[in-house]
Amino acid sequence: MKVKLNVKRFDPEKGSRVYFQKYEVDMDDQATVLDALIHVREYVDPTLAFRCSCRSAICGSCGMRINGMAGLGCKTKIFQVAPNGEEINVEPMGNMKVLRDLIVDMGMFWDKIRAVEPWLQPTGPEPEREHIVPNQAMIDLTVAMNCIMCGSCVSDCTVMEVDKSFLGPAALAKAYRFVDDPRDGHTEERIEKYSKPGGIWDCTHCYFCVQVCPKDVAPMDRILDIREAALNAGIKNNNGSRHSDSFANSVKISGWLDEGRLAVESHGYTNIPELLPLIPVGLRVMMAGKMPSPIHHKRPGSKYVKQLFEKLEG
Amino acid sequence: MVKYAFYTGCVSKGGAPELYQSITAVAPKLGLEFEELEGAACTGAGVLTERNEELADTLNARTFAMAERLNLPIMTICSTCQGVMSQANHRLKTNPGYLQRVNQHLAVEGLKYNGTATVKHFMWFLAEDYGLTNLQSKVVRPLTGIKLAAFYGCYVLRPTKDLEYDEHPERGEYLDQIISALGGVPIDYSGKTKCCGFPILTMNEKNSVTMSGNHMMEVKELGGEAMVTPCPLCHLSLDGYQPQAGKIKNVQIGMPIIHLPQAVGLALGIPPQTLGLNKHIVSTASFVGRVRS
Ligand code: SF4
Ligand code: SF4
Ligand code: FES
Repeated sequence: MKVKLNVKRFDPEKGSRVYFQKYEVDMDDQATVLDALIHVREYVDPTLAFRCSCRSAICGSCGMRINGMAGLGCKTKIFQVAPNGEEINVEPMGNMKVLRDLIVDMGMFWDKIRAVEPWLQPTGPEPEREHIVPNQAMIDLTVAMNCIMCGSCVSDCTVMEVDKSFLGPAALAKAYRFVDDPRDGHTEERIEKYSKPGGIWDCTHCYFCVQVCPKDVAPMDRILDIREAALNAGIKNNNGSRHSDSFANSVKISGWLDEGRLAVESHGYTNIPELLPLIPVGLRVMMAGKMPSPIHHKRPGSKYVKQLFEKLEG
Repeated sequence: MVKYAFYTGCVSKGGAPELYQSITAVAPKLGLEFEELEGAACTGAGVLTERNEELADTLNARTFAMAERLNLPIMTICSTCQGVMSQANHRLKTNPGYLQRVNQHLAVEGLKYNGTATVKHFMWFLAEDYGLTNLQSKVVRPLTGIKLAAFYGCYVLRPTKDLEYDEHPERGEYLDQIISALGGVPIDYSGKTKCCGFPILTMNEKNSVTMSGNHMMEVKELGGEAMVTPCPLCHLSLDGYQPQAGKIKNVQIGMPIIHLPQAVGLALGIPPQTLGLNKHIVSTASFVGRVRS
């Protein structure tokens, strides 16, 4: 099978030029993008730089952007991304500094992981032998444990693109792994810490990390798991949980969303500095001739919605 | 006439009434008949799912049961409603035990969901059922030569496994295809499939409007004249908060943000006022003027 690659290249030793280079190689039908890159390096162009090791989606070193989406070169079959022999775009991962060709500086990635304190912090007397936990308690954690630290989720995270202080999907998925570990003794402190700016409430639900993660960690879902734990633990002194509570309350009472109230309640009724900027927003809406009615009517049958909330939120 | 159980979503009845106005004006032109699901609750927009998945899924199952009772497929006009409903429907359809439990909750109201509901975004309907050639043939006021940027909204793009992309692999390109069918020139840009920033507007306004600002500036630099979106939440962010995004970017962005049914309606010859194109925060005049001329 003919494989056409279009690889983004950059070599700081040769100046600041970033350019795309095309390669055409002959590969086996089952070949992966990484196989093709290795072939290029071995037989066509020894200057092409990229990381790899296991070639079986275990080590996490071959993260790269293939046709615009992050993923593992060794897990992406050529026929999946170029079923009709199309050219395949290969670029380094995003959100991290490119060192050379497809190699990025993962320093920021590891800093974030370290920042969530990814080690067990038990309290109480040390058990004589190992900690014994029921299997059931560990099942939810196994998903997060599957992470191989490839950086794909961080590469495509839309919030990290605009704010490097965001802890990001990989670190927060790792954080969840300890929040939910029955052996850990600092669950509340952890949740408090992860609820701060740059933490769980800054994720924008874009699903990029879920889509690109090669190990089905679904980092966003793990972030939402920590949010749920935060709400259950009553760690609520932030706009994120106020927004969540107000949203739920509005649907509970009326069956649907009261947007005006949601905007105010998310900031908190007494938070004047954050509420003042809402005034021009409201004025603009009024000028556009679409101020919603000040009375938020209930949807027909909303009493049943309320009953469902009472039964299930219990 | 094709009949749908119409799920309006909260926003078209709240912050974006021009969306409701435009879909109601466009529907008859496309032979669409709506039976509005007036008693349906909010999908939870993902917020309720993260608090309590079973509760959110039950609210959506309730909506599905209402549509089943009418024996009609559901139509949505919001990427977020669509995504949340698709995900809920997927969980309910693939887990009989779960569905049974959810049905126990619904029994009080005399409702039962049998797992047969289909939920279709207006955008998907246009491309998959109505047909783009058919749409093209109905255009009386083509958007000829107008450079338009599609902005999809996360929930109709990801995760693809819950959105039937296996059966419909082109779902991520429909908006561009529709723009072409209307005579417009879709522009390619990196922000097209990214997040509008809306979900974190109240948590981190700076990040939120930096995101939307980046997309709009990219479109502007590529000569885009307006952006078209199938999601009213993206609209709130891109249109409603454009002044704040402009402040962060230090420019007056001036990018008209058009709801999908408005773009379709305009090309089908419906007057701009009827489509609520006068009810935007950022004036749509430059875009509407181009269509007229
Ligand atoms: S869902 Fe959240 S963490 Fe995941 S990529 Fe999007 S913003 Fe980042
Ligand atoms: S969560 Fe998934 S994408 Fe992110 S680093 Fe771990 S394995 Fe890679
Ligand atoms: S080479 Fe190890 S994960 Fe790809």
